[in-house]
Amino acid sequence: MVSPRARSGAPGREASSAWEVARAVLDPELPMLTLDDLGILRGVEETGDGSVVVTVTPTYSGCPAMAAIRADLSAALRAAGYADVEVRTVLTPAWTTDWITEEGRRRLADAGVAPPGQAPARRSGPVPLTLGPVRRSVGCPRCGSGDTEEVSRFGSTACKDLWRCRACREPFEHVKEL
Amino acid sequence: MADAYEAINDADDPRWAYGTGFADPLAGVDTRLPGGVDARDLSAYCLMLGDDALVMSHRLQEWCTHAPELEEEVALANIALDLLGQARLLLSRAGAADGSGRDEDALAFLRGPEEFRNVRLAEAENGDFGQEMARLLVFATWRLALLDRLASSRDPVLAAVAAKGVKEVAYHRDYAAGWVVRLGDGTPYSRERVTEGLAAVWPDVAELFVPHEVEARLARAGAGVDPATLREEFDDVIGQVLTAATLTRPSTTVAGSGLGRGGDHTPALTRLLDELQSVARAHQGATW
Repeated sequence: MVSPRARSGAPGREASSAWEVARAVLDPELPMLTLDDLGILRGVEETGDGSVVVTVTPTYSGCPAMAAIRADLSAALRAAGYADVEVRTVLTPAWTTDWITEEGRRRLADAGVAPPGQAPARRSGPVPLTLGPVRRSVGCPRCGSGDTEEVSRFGSTACKDLWRCRACREPFEHVKEL
Repeated sequence: MADAYEAINDADDPRWAYGTGFADPLAGVDTRLPGGVDARDLSAYCLMLGDDALVMSHRLQEWCTHAPELEEEVALANIALDLLGQARLLLSRAGAADGSGRDEDALAFLRGPEEFRNVRLAEAENGDFGQEMARLLVFATWRLALLDRLASSRDPVLAAVAAKGVKEVAYHRDYAAGWVVRLGDGTPYSRERVTEGLAAVWPDVAELFVPHEVEARLARAGAGVDPATLREEFDDVIGQVLTAATLTRPSTTVAGSGLGRGGDHTPALTRLLDELQSVARAHQGATW
């Protein structure tokens, strides 16, 4: 939780403060993660006259949370005393689930969402077709069993898919590798 | 705040209800054009790829409450959302590049059918689930090959949109391929449905590989992709899927040429746009 703070006069501390405020903003669809945990915060720059430029990158092209994330960043920084906040989008390099931090992965698992494995490395040549079930090991975030199966490659948000644990019989969500 | 209407319309208020104040998906992105790339061509090209995504997204959205199972409904909605996101970026890019100042909403909601540049495959009326899987397989296989090449475009915005799209459309293609295999190598009835579905969409395949003059010019400038170069990869992937599905490739060949890309559409697109644009046209100037 970010508490509003008065702006300090020292430029160095200001830059650091703006970063601290921005990184603590929570993702609206994965509220157990901060934007920093998710790895979408790409830069926080202060120009010294009370203005901040925050750079974020989208997870999926159609992620409807993006506008909310930008609004939340703007609101949090204004509440912290920054009068002029600009939130910029950067598209390249494209976000990958490999940018979710270790802390973020732990928080996902604690909330019952299996964290992603390593994103598939892209070989040269055409994108290979995947037919049939993917042989991947996703541990059940509830009981820890590795005896799990994919139910659907798509889930309640663009970034998640649906799994089922054969051991404890519970369904669970998993952040799919991208 | 005394005025509740003012409160929910305050863009600084994180408790937004009617919008966040952040409408442009390309906000803060450097949209200058690289040298040697014609702005009108680039804009027209972004409309082509954006309209493909927008119109296909709408057809997939029509499956909401009609899919055979909840999981498939969620899958189709997810795929539609990815494509809508790609459309928003591409339409915004089109409006920024041609200097007209039209935003994504103006381009999506205030153009007539003859101004749309999508391929006809995307606009065709929905059939049954087997036919939709056949169409999605064809669309995603073609688009994935296209975006994969476009990721090395000299235009940094198109390259970035394409690189992100590749990851998404790879999931779409695998989903459709999985269903075509399951239906084709399933029961006699499921096999019949997907066989008829493939036959229904196949007349729209040839058009996908005929370059429009804008596509040809941009390919020469290193900013776009000549769709004719996609045919080999397309045939290879479709061949893998049909073999696994124990299905044969439809023999229908219709020499489509510059149809949708030139604004020559079927009545299906007019009906689609009537619904897609009805709210925006009834409440001109409204924002959401």
